Amino acid sequence: MIDREILLEKMKTSPYKPMRGKIIESKMLTDKEKFFRIELEGKINLAHEPGQFVMVSIFGYAEAPISVCSSPTDKGYFDLTVRNVGVFTDKLQKLGKGDIVGIRGPFGKGFPIDHMFGYDLVIVAGGLGIVPLRSLIRYITYNKNDFGHVQILIGCKTPKEFLFQEETKEWMKRAEIKLNCTVDRADPDWTGNVGLITTLIPGVDIYPARTYAVVVGPPVMYRFVIKELLKKNIPEHQIIVSLERRMRCGLGKCGHCQVEGIYICQSGPVFDYSQLKDFKGECHEKVL
Amino acid sequence: MKYATIKKEDLNNWLKHLQKKARLYAPKKKENLYIYRPVKDINEVTLKYIPTILPPKKYYFPQKEKLLKFMAKPFKTSKAIKEFEEYILFGVHTCDIAGIQCMDVIFREGPEDPNYLNRKEKMIIIGIECLEYCDKFANCASMGNHVPRGGYDLMLIDISEKFIVHVNSEKGERFIRGLAYIKEADEKDMLALEKAREAKKKVFKEEFNASLPQVYEAFNKHFDSSVWQDLAKRCVACGNCTTVCPTCYCFDVWDEMELSFNEGMRYRIWNSCQMEDFAKVAGGEDFRKGRDGRQRHRYYRKFKYPMDKFNRYFCTGCGRCTRSCMAEISLKETVNTLLAEGEEQK
Repeated sequence: MIDREILLEKMKTSPYKPMRGKIIESKMLTDKEKFFRIELEGKINLAHEPGQFVMVSIFGYAEAPISVCSSPTDKGYFDLTVRNVGVFTDKLQKLGKGDIVGIRGPFGKGFPIDHMFGYDLVIVAGGLGIVPLRSLIRYITYNKNDFGHVQILIGCKTPKEFLFQEETKEWMKRAEIKLNCTVDRADPDWTGNVGLITTLIPGVDIYPARTYAVVVGPPVMYRFVIKELLKKNIPEHQIIVSLERRMRCGLGKCGHCQVEGIYICQSGPVFDYSQLKDFKGECHEKVL
Repeated sequence: MKYATIKKEDLNNWLKHLQKKARLYAPKKKENLYIYRPVKDINEVTLKYIPTILPPKKYYFPQKEKLLKFMAKPFKTSKAIKEFEEYILFGVHTCDIAGIQCMDVIFREGPEDPNYLNRKEKMIIIGIECLEYCDKFANCASMGNHVPRGGYDLMLIDISEKFIVHVNSEKGERFIRGLAYIKEADEKDMLALEKAREAKKKVFKEEFNASLPQVYEAFNKHFDSSVWQDLAKRCVACGNCTTVCPTCYCFDVWDEMELSFNEGMRYRIWNSCQMEDFAKVAGGEDFRKGRDGRQRHRYYRKFKYPMDKFNRYFCTGCGRCTRSCMAEISLKETVNTLLAEGEEQK
């Protein structure tokens, strides 16, 4: 992939130099989350793997690691969805169409799509977990002949925090996809499931040996969801997770994202559970 | 010329010569301690010193280093450092040279770090071999860093009225070539070197109560040891230990704006895994919340993780972390306690 080579070359000569990324579209998805569509200089493709992340720069505010939420099959642009949680993201949310941000990356290891072909998938998204998973779901819907049956389980605290609602409806129309949502607390308009996402798993019908489960969400969710998935006899190496860690460089140097001897920004953020379960400390995502 | 000699009375002449060749950094006394400084007055240079407060890492991995010059509108970036200048680190202890070797491994591993590698390329290391312990805090003999093991251009060894100069690189040879007072070492000198090394064997003894592989094994087994809780009770999370460590390289990335609030500079700044928010993420989860976990992490980054990855211990034995700890946490004690724990369980 030629774009990938350009990007790798850039990273080699000057790994701290961001590329120019122009915001070509932006909208608030909820009270707290904003969506951005970004075009790189020369309209080169980010050429990322679903599940990878980029370092976004705003000069004067430094950088933050943000998951890419579009598929590499979306050409000429890529998408980010950012929750307002601090100084950097607050500033980012004030930007809109036409504004420029700096982009470094993509970094890390994405979802192992080369291994997942020909398998059934159970995708479990908790809260903001749907953001990196959107890159995978969009990839699947583009390459729909490559995968078996796809079941998507989405959970969030309240219906108001439900991200990508319109797109979710599109996904639901597809024959190969079965989608189920739940909220922790309903509001009067909500007609769907109420309860934690773990309650949806026992009802999922799978053939475990040929199923990959891909789980992204907050640490506490992993502990309970993975437990349920193991009960379903999905092999540990077929349970895929993505770890959130503090990252300042993306280059496996700054030390913030380290779990034991591993730099999550380079060796992750995506791991399978057989790797995860051997971490002794610092890994709050493990089943206790 | 593999081994040369220089008379002690000629040392100042040589320093003057070096000063002309490149920027010269050397240890000097500061109150009751020592520091690395650019040499202004060569009479201040000392070769008898306990490890400096900060290791020479401040020169090849600056505490605040320019990464990128930028302009917000219109979006523009340019190189922060145009040229790296040649410099000499004079009188470096073998422990600190081992520290530089550790840093090499980190910053050479892909993606490479051009800032470090550029500085490293311009560095000339003139070491001094210790023939006696600096103080009781060092554990260099256990780490095997009390003797030179490469990584320098020239190495000085005191043989009473002279220094032996081990010439270890072509670059090093450039700095002694054509100087009348630096002579090729003769048989007598080489004998004196051998004698000094023999005498040294009686001085330096392994400081840990077990061999290095056993130390590794202890770390392998005792992740959940109570040693870490004991450290947590004393540690004040000041970050001194990591700041003074020659192999600690964690950093944060900061922007500083000029008054125009349009142009500015991106820096990387030393950071410490002992700081409370070091591993805290935007979502609020803190992955190394307790001081026990943070201290343990520091030790494991010296004795276990880099062994698994690079087959190299990242403790050089310089003793700085112990020397600078306000809570008197001793590395030697910690490791020995961990080793003893193994004994109890047998």
